[in-house]
Amino acid sequence: MVRFILSKLLYLVPTFLGITLIAFSFVRILPGDPVLLMAGERGVTPERHAELTAQLGYDKNVVLQYFDFLGRLFHGDFGNSLVTKKPVITEFLSLFPATVELGLCAIIIATLIGVPVGVLAAIKRGSWFDQVSMTTALVGFSMPIFWWGLLLIIFFSGILGWTPVSGRISLMYFFPDVTGFMLIDSLLSGQEGAFGSAVSHLILPSVVLATIPLAVIARQTRSAMLEVMGEDYVRTARAKGMPASRVIGIHALRNAMIPVVTTIGLQIGVLMAGAILTETIFSWPGIGKWMIDSISRRDYPVVQSGLLLIAGLVMVVNLLVDLTYGLINPRIRNT
Amino acid sequence: MKMLTRILVAASALAMTSAMPALAKTFVYCSEASPEGFDPAPYTAGGTFDASAHPIYNRLTEFKKGTTEVEPGLAESWEVSEDGTQYTFHLRKGVKWQSNEKFTPTRDFNADDVIFSYDRQGNAENPWHQYIPGITYEYYTSMAMPELIKSIEKIDDYTVKFTLNTPEAPFLANIAMPFASIVSKEYADALDAAGTREDLNNLPIGTGPFKFVAYQKDAVIRYAKNPDYWGTAPIIDDLVFAITPDAAVRLQKLKAGECHLMPYPAPADIEGIKADASLKLDEQAGLNVGYLAYNTTMPPFDNPKVRKALNMAINKQAIVDAVFQGAAEPAKNPIPPTMWSYNDAVVDDAYDPEAAKAMLAEAGVTDLSMKIWAMPVQRPYMPNAKRTAELMQEDLSKIGVKVEIVSYEWGEYLAKSMEPGRDGAVILGWTGDNGDPDNFLSVLLSCDSAGEGGANRAFWCNEDFSKLLKDAKITADQAERTKLYEQAQVIFKDQAPWFTIAHSTQYVPMSAKVSGFVMSPLGDFTFETVDIAE
Repeated sequence: MVRFILSKLLYLVPTFLGITLIAFSFVRILPGDPVLLMAGERGVTPERHAELTAQLGYDKNVVLQYFDFLGRLFHGDFGNSLVTKKPVITEFLSLFPATVELGLCAIIIATLIGVPVGVLAAIKRGSWFDQVSMTTALVGFSMPIFWWGLLLIIFFSGILGWTPVSGRISLMYFFPDVTGFMLIDSLLSGQEGAFGSAVSHLILPSVVLATIPLAVIARQTRSAMLEVMGEDYVRTARAKGMPASRVIGIHALRNAMIPVVTTIGLQIGVLMAGAILTETIFSWPGIGKWMIDSISRRDYPVVQSGLLLIAGLVMVVNLLVDLTYGLINPRIRNT
Repeated sequence: MKMLTRILVAASALAMTSAMPALAKTFVYCSEASPEGFDPAPYTAGGTFDASAHPIYNRLTEFKKGTTEVEPGLAESWEVSEDGTQYTFHLRKGVKWQSNEKFTPTRDFNADDVIFSYDRQGNAENPWHQYIPGITYEYYTSMAMPELIKSIEKIDDYTVKFTLNTPEAPFLANIAMPFASIVSKEYADALDAAGTREDLNNLPIGTGPFKFVAYQKDAVIRYAKNPDYWGTAPIIDDLVFAITPDAAVRLQKLKAGECHLMPYPAPADIEGIKADASLKLDEQAGLNVGYLAYNTTMPPFDNPKVRKALNMAINKQAIVDAVFQGAAEPAKNPIPPTMWSYNDAVVDDAYDPEAAKAMLAEAGVTDLSMKIWAMPVQRPYMPNAKRTAELMQEDLSKIGVKVEIVSYEWGEYLAKSMEPGRDGAVILGWTGDNGDPDNFLSVLLSCDSAGEGGANRAFWCNEDFSKLLKDAKITADQAERTKLYEQAQVIFKDQAPWFTIAHSTQYVPMSAKVSGFVMSPLGDFTFETVDIAE
């Protein structure tokens, strides 16, 4: 097992280096630069442009800049935002809990609904439930997030008035950040109704963010269940006269869950991508919105280090999924 | 699962009963963008100034609310020397600095604060010039303050003398701009001693109508009424900015009562807002212009006759109707009609394709093909450049001119459109900074700005025109200046370096309960006069 973990960790090194290169190049490939965007319609003389570029350190050779970036990374320095001038890591850490909170809620919703729907669809294969749920899942999977989010806001917040439109908590509540997780902080604040308000603000954005993972999980669960239910041991269990609930609930589901767990783990990347749009629509102060703003302002340090931090996170989660998989399935860790 | 549903339903019901702040007089503004910081000097974005310069700070001179007229601010009065190079400001006495948890002022605002506020921007030796590494003072630089200001002297605690290198008529308007906000020298010294200089940008202390309370990044900014404000005290007790980048979501929030006022509605939503009884809509002619700038250095566009012919071939009213959905005034001058010195006597080129065709033939131009650049973003002066370009393309095809529409990513568009050899005419525009005609005409059309990197995207250099602008700049008398600018507009129309498109109308939707909001021609959002009905 130790060897398995070590070999997995070893793979991370080249992957990480590759990501630094991609993160670094990505924002530089985009046309336009921070100085020009700052100047806007006013324009900027070539002298002033050169002066500002030099001040930002972007007059140096790109290769040198990359090694500079890499060198500082090894010292734990992620650079400072060109716009706010604050350390990227400080900004990341202050915004990250909001994204985690939203992402966790989304993945919980997606799992709690996706797995039962998938199981039920597999058991009742070919029934109207199977067809309707799988078609819905296909629609959910192809849903344009921005449009979907706005539609839900207009319906639930605008017409029905059931949920707030956007933000993390009603503005009447004001307390200092302790953990950065609004659900926890609102409880800690002791202010009456704060927790309820935080939950109500979470509903729509997490449903929107959960949409795609939910569809993927439901479809994956269904196919995994179908596969497992065709196995000999399940047939044997049935033949032994074991109650159907036990066959499905214990024997089939447990084995079917292996690929489903992997799928859920892999949804972290999908969640990060979805968070960019979801956070923008719901004015959710997380790292998705932060990245969008920074890309549009060509805030190089934020984009490159932000991408790196997000990619690093996805890598760690994938590693954990791999390790869990190794724990569940001995065949994996021995190969 | 049932349990979870129950919790969710209960929670949302609970939240709904308290969706709107119950506290007396909390005004919520659904702002568009996060502020870059709270020190107005290093930044250029309007959204940043709305969150910093306007609520928290004051300047020596101020724009009178709802106008571009300059009125006394922290300077109660001033004298200008005969030759227009010396400004002596008499400062207001008894102006209190705000306080926060870390700082309590021991003295009122005085001349040291004024000198500090300017010196830190203009003097590279000032220890506060780079109080955050990499900081720059773009407005101070682009308003040519370093070349203009020769010295600033403290005569006594309440008198400051600015000496300029040359007379500059718009000077009093320039220093009413956000970048010239006055910050506290005493606060800076205290931060220096505490080793937390960057707090000048994070925890601002000013003399303005509102005190900064807290900022949750990308989410909420909170302010409280400044009880010691020297001017007319705000009516509301608390001011909250709920940062909401998407226009459709802002409108939903406004409708749901989650905020009281919002900026920049989507043009398509205007009709719906007008029809909604719970909302009202303020509108005002914007201090802006959208234009198509020819490259006047490239044949055949170096011939005014050709430019004039093209201008006559484009149906301006159709663009205003289709692209601006009527929310604009067709432009004939480079400055908007709300600006002083606007020359209403200028007659716009009539839309006349036949005459245009004849004029083009007369200029000896046949089989003309050209490029029109359409910017990729929506700006306050131009809701949809691509659609505008398509309408122009269609109109020009009727006189036999083939048009190819090109576009680039915004940053690249700004850069490439400044390149002197640019192929094609470019759609762009401008929103005024300080209400002075010089801020349009000199910046956009003078010989000085026609060089590389200047904002004169027509590369148009007309000596007579530029001479008028220079004369006007050193003339103190506004009536005299008006005459000069009026002449300049006549030359502009005759030489046609641009096809002037439109001056777009600005809209501000708000709850019907809101009263006292005054729209600013400069596009600022300020809230010291607003009130909310119970």
